[in-house]
Amino acid sequence: MQTQRIVNVGVGGQGNLLASNLLGQAALDAGLPVVVSEIHGMAQRGGVVESAVIIGEAKSPIVSDAEADIIVSFEPVETLRILNKAHKNTLIITNTRPLPPFTVAIGQAAYPAPEDSLAYIRRKVKNVISFDGQDLAEQAKNPLSLNMVMLGALFAAGNLPVPVKSIKKMIKANSKERFLAANLQAFDLGFAAAGGQ
Amino acid sequence: MDKLLTPGGGKTELLLGNEAIVRGALEAGVAFATCYPGTPSSEVPDTLYRLRKAEPDQVQYYFEYSTNEKVAMECAAGAAVAGLRTLVTMKHVGINVAADPLMTLAYTGVNGGMVILSADDPSLFSSQNEQDNRFYARLSGLPMLEPSSPSELKEATKHAFELSEKLTVPVMLRTTTRVNHAREAVKFAKLPKAKTQVEFKKDPFRFVTVPAVSRQLHLRLLKVYEQAQAISEASELNQVIGRGKLGVICAGVAANYVFDALNDLEATGKVKVLKLGMTWPLPEKMILKFLKSCDKVLVVEELEPLMENAARALAQENGVKVKIAGKGPKLFSRAYEFNPRLVRDVIGHYFGLKYKATKPLDLSDQPALPGRPPTLCPGCPHRATYYAVKEVVGTNAIHPTDIGCYTLGMLPPISMADFVICMGSSVSSSGGFARATGQKVVSFIGDSTFFHSGITGLVNAVHNNHNFTLVILDNGTTAMTGHQPHPGVDTEKIGDPTTHVDLEAVVRSLGVTHVTTIKPLKVKASVEAIRAAVEHEGVSVIISQELCPLFARRVAPKSRKPFEVRLDKCKGHLDCVKKVACPAMFVEDGKARINPLQCIGCALCAQICPENAILPVKAEA
Repeated sequence: MQTQRIVNVGVGGQGNLLASNLLGQAALDAGLPVVVSEIHGMAQRGGVVESAVIIGEAKSPIVSDAEADIIVSFEPVETLRILNKAHKNTLIITNTRPLPPFTVAIGQAAYPAPEDSLAYIRRKVKNVISFDGQDLAEQAKNPLSLNMVMLGALFAAGNLPVPVKSIKKMIKANSKERFLAANLQAFDLGFAAAGGQ
Repeated sequence: MDKLLTPGGGKTELLLGNEAIVRGALEAGVAFATCYPGTPSSEVPDTLYRLRKAEPDQVQYYFEYSTNEKVAMECAAGAAVAGLRTLVTMKHVGINVAADPLMTLAYTGVNGGMVILSADDPSLFSSQNEQDNRFYARLSGLPMLEPSSPSELKEATKHAFELSEKLTVPVMLRTTTRVNHAREAVKFAKLPKAKTQVEFKKDPFRFVTVPAVSRQLHLRLLKVYEQAQAISEASELNQVIGRGKLGVICAGVAANYVFDALNDLEATGKVKVLKLGMTWPLPEKMILKFLKSCDKVLVVEELEPLMENAARALAQENGVKVKIAGKGPKLFSRAYEFNPRLVRDVIGHYFGLKYKATKPLDLSDQPALPGRPPTLCPGCPHRATYYAVKEVVGTNAIHPTDIGCYTLGMLPPISMADFVICMGSSVSSSGGFARATGQKVVSFIGDSTFFHSGITGLVNAVHNNHNFTLVILDNGTTAMTGHQPHPGVDTEKIGDPTTHVDLEAVVRSLGVTHVTTIKPLKVKASVEAIRAAVEHEGVSVIISQELCPLFARRVAPKSRKPFEVRLDKCKGHLDCVKKVACPAMFVEDGKARINPLQCIGCALCAQICPENAILPVKAEA
């Protein structure tokens, strides 16, 4: 089977590691070979957090530059920063709601206009899906469910070998009772936003 | 029941590498485990701790967070010498701390199986260096296993216990970040009943290492080494995969990159691989046979060229003319971790194999991006302590610092970190800086780090009449690595049966006469106390006591009362943003603003605002 290399990127606290873990468990549930990798420690204090899910026969737990098949980015500036992992046919799914780093807050750096960033990405990469995922998470009544929104979009557009029922099973198994309905709704909203039916 | 405690075999679960180590240890009947936490090893002890706490009736092992790695190693040594199966875990630099007991424990050996985890960190994701701990196997003479993936890691851990008991010496399990922090399907075997109590049989001519005994023990170790080498030659962990006249020698995570590369390069039938899982002692006969069967050999190993140099020496000794390469220009670097593309490029280049790789995007016209370095959390009390110290000493004092979240104080606008090399170095180096310069020295250390290795430095400073102020940032936990307990933790709050050790009492008992405990979020009082400490001639200590907010949220939850900037009062000085730089703050139209979702209401900014424009968010009418 074709190996699929998926990179999830976001900011500490956005739930990116959980998204990768759930996707890994769903792949295993579907009987597919899978490797997940993540970075812990210093990187979690508000820094950039990156994880990878590799579905298929490949053994390597990480994705090299220019070799991601899919990039799921939880924050627009981080989409720009991770472009080194993309090639021209990489599918990029990006949240458009900015989460400016404190370097911007203290005036050390400027935050690029989201529409300019998106235009730049579209010039470099053919397949780009963008939407305000944070807005969808808020619609689902759990602002922390952005990771579920992004997973939904990945399942709609990513042509994954993992069935939706496997990921929903893992969302159910790993959500606290009071967040479950919101998480599933967030997944569905993300799924619809990325053109899934 | 937690999946890791599943008593039967057969089940397959997606496990983090570090969870796989735990399952492997459980399947080996581990009875005793110690550690000092440190990325990328921390989830091993954290999982052992969590399981024991959640299901005390289901676990058979004793577990402790020790005060440092040397203590962890020695405590584990006691249990293993007595005869229990024992696990001790640490990050690579932790082995430096534990190197003293390690070197001589190799001489005495152990009775129960003892496994020492060294979790290395190539590319320094969370470390101060990327030293290659494979040297420690060579230095100590102990066997070393280097699995490539979580599933191999579980098997290797289990195997290491058996190997250790067979050879009667500890066995080192060496991992790297990408193995510790990968997840993969791992198949469970059943859990045995562990032997948890033994009677110690005295044997002073083996375990009391006076020179006359150790002279014999060194010979014993050399004999063990020979046995271990014979095992390595026959071990299933070491094997030749594939066929061809070109050869690759590899181990650890790099083996995965090699197999993926050979697949991409369609090199099956041309390149064979000697994959080593037991990397010390090296299976020299096996390597020699491999070298003789190849026209050209590439050694793929991260960091130092240890296997490469061994292969070269074997070839030279035996007159084998095969070309051997590894490190060098257009080949591999001794710095940083590898990745699949790099390994494929080097293998392709060295063996002349073609591959059409995807082209990187041209990003030369990419606009400048704002940096996103890790930063202290909103409401972190360290920020308040740094602010108060700077109010007193300005920017001319020297600030030796230490290892923990507070190392982030090096970044602007705090910029209060001048020197850090290892755990505890803040305290000891302060004396050197103060005497060499005559400048004011105010150093910083966390509470866990102080218990780890600050105490001896402080005794030294008192005894030798040094002159500096040490600030102990006491947030009640080991925050950086994931809120592990330490001797100063409030044991009642976390519901542990361990004993609380009072930090201030320890500091006073070391002979420090000027000791003040402050609450850093009370800015004015803190500044006054720090001023008095800094003016004190000799050693003074400030204990800055406030729970880590992330930890407090779990153990002592309080309702959050966020603050806001009253725009009618704010005159746009932006002192708050410039001096405090809390990630909950941002600037809009020249005025400071606070994100109410991030603000935890620590009130630091409110106390420094010259207009008193920062006030609690008004309850909605």
